[in-house]
Amino acid sequence: MITVENLSKHFGPKVAVDNISFEVKKGEVLGFLGPNGAGKSTTMRMVTGYLPPTEGKISVGGADVVDSPIAAKAKIGYLPENAPLYTELTVQGFLNFIGELRGLSGAELDKAVNRSMDLCHLQGVRHQSVDTLSKGFRHRTCFAQALIHDPEVLIMDEPTDGLDPNQKHEVRGLIRRMGEEKAIIFSTHILEEVEAACSRAIIISGGSVVANGTPDQLKSKAKGSGSIRFQLAGIPATTAKSDLEALNSIGSLSVDREEENTLRGVAFPNSGQSARASEEIFNYVSSKNGLLQELAVVEGRLDDVFREITSSDTEASSSAA
Amino acid sequence: MNSSTCRHIWTITKKELRSYFSTPLAWVLIVVFLLLSQGFAFLFGGLLEYQNASLAAFFLYVPWIFMVFAPAVGMRLWSEEHRLGTMELLMTMPISPWHAIMGKFLAAAVIVFVSLFLTFPVLITINWLGDPDNGIAFAGYIGAFLVGITFLAVTGVISALTRSMVVSFIVALFLCLGMIMSGWPIVVASIDGWIPGLGQKLAQLSVLTHYNELTKGILVSSDILFFASVIGFCLYLTAVILKTKRA
Repeated sequence: MITVENLSKHFGPKVAVDNISFEVKKGEVLGFLGPNGAGKSTTMRMVTGYLPPTEGKISVGGADVVDSPIAAKAKIGYLPENAPLYTELTVQGFLNFIGELRGLSGAELDKAVNRSMDLCHLQGVRHQSVDTLSKGFRHRTCFAQALIHDPEVLIMDEPTDGLDPNQKHEVRGLIRRMGEEKAIIFSTHILEEVEAACSRAIIISGGSVVANGTPDQLKSKAKGSGSIRFQLAGIPATTAKSDLEALNSIGSLSVDREEENTLRGVAFPNSGQSARASEEIFNYVSSKNGLLQELAVVEGRLDDVFREITSSDTEASSSAA
Repeated sequence: MNSSTCRHIWTITKKELRSYFSTPLAWVLIVVFLLLSQGFAFLFGGLLEYQNASLAAFFLYVPWIFMVFAPAVGMRLWSEEHRLGTMELLMTMPISPWHAIMGKFLAAAVIVFVSLFLTFPVLITINWLGDPDNGIAFAGYIGAFLVGITFLAVTGVISALTRSMVVSFIVALFLCLGMIMSGWPIVVASIDGWIPGLGQKLAQLSVLTHYNELTKGILVSSDILFFASVIGFCLYLTAVILKTKRA
């Protein structure tokens, strides 16, 4: 649905986006991650046709955004950063306006406006002027605007910014549900959101893509991901320690607690062998008639991956500058 | 123009009009325009003292009032979009920027039209008191309308440049003032005294010169063409500014 090839954007001498390529298919939800100023918004603005790219090609649903902007824009629903709205209009007036610009009219327009107000829980404030709405309602009004024409492609710049935890939860659910039949890109710097709603995530830093994969793939890049935490009893600790170290799949062992008959620590398996290693530990303990009190594969945290990838990058660029 | 173009322009116009009338701005401006135009005509223009029944006294002051009125009407057209950030919404809609430019210009022109239209009691009064040449009055109204919307087009350009309504109002007001003054006989004479011939040339670029022709009742196509080309140029310039601002 969305294809971005070698996209770059320069603002004068500043390179905001540097040769980014990615693809989003129907049924995919792509999360855009990155520190502030990484180029997330700039990329989205180019995909939606707001900013002209300096270089590269963007195609949305087969329409080139630069060559046939109107055809491309018609397929996109866009929620810009900070959810801008015309403050003098009522919620319904605003949605009617957007719907009409989207080419809807008459009964079709009424239906679309009602549907998007239902989705975003706006029926209660439909006759209220946007001016008088709280931030959460404003945000949802702008969200409703993006959904009004039931677009094939949905692009959202920080869709949960400024919402309370319940609303955040609801919006994530909505994104996940809609993601089944649309192609969705959304940016965020809340990492749990990526796990909650995305099928794939891209981490952007300094204008380039530094990681691209499913949330699980990204997590496995974290230091310590795939290691095995264990605690066993009933086997003399020194024996257990040397036996475990001797296992084929285990590279090294770090022991936290070593008592007479109890051993607690983390085993670092050789790469890609974490499932095998936990199996071997289990078999070893049972063959010795010991008691396995804990055995868990440590999952990497997206937080750690994000920090590792993006902070090394900013350090590198600041030392270069 | 195909039907979808018209529909998009009309959608924008409708929304702009709704914005104008949902705040006191348009109402206040129209009332002030009526008070000033009527007040000037009766108090300073000596509308009732003229021997012949005509609206000359009324039309005399109209460009000066529009000099303030049009920037006040037009200042929000694009500044507001910049300020609210809605430009990003508008420019990602499946419409051409021209639809937005035309739609907004039309909405502002409607305000000017309504303001002028509401001066009809003067016309009735004059007709009741005497026997004016309504053809001249009609030509005068056309001239006044053209001056008004020309000033709007100029204001639109400035408004596209800044997110501040105050700045766009003040700058536009000075530009409109310049467009009047360059045709004012005293100014023309003094510029001519400085660099001979320049004053006359500048006067050709003044709205006042062309407006005066129209208020005499002469609908000359060259005068109308003048207004049309200034408006066309300003709208084009607006499009260029909006485009470069995005890049």
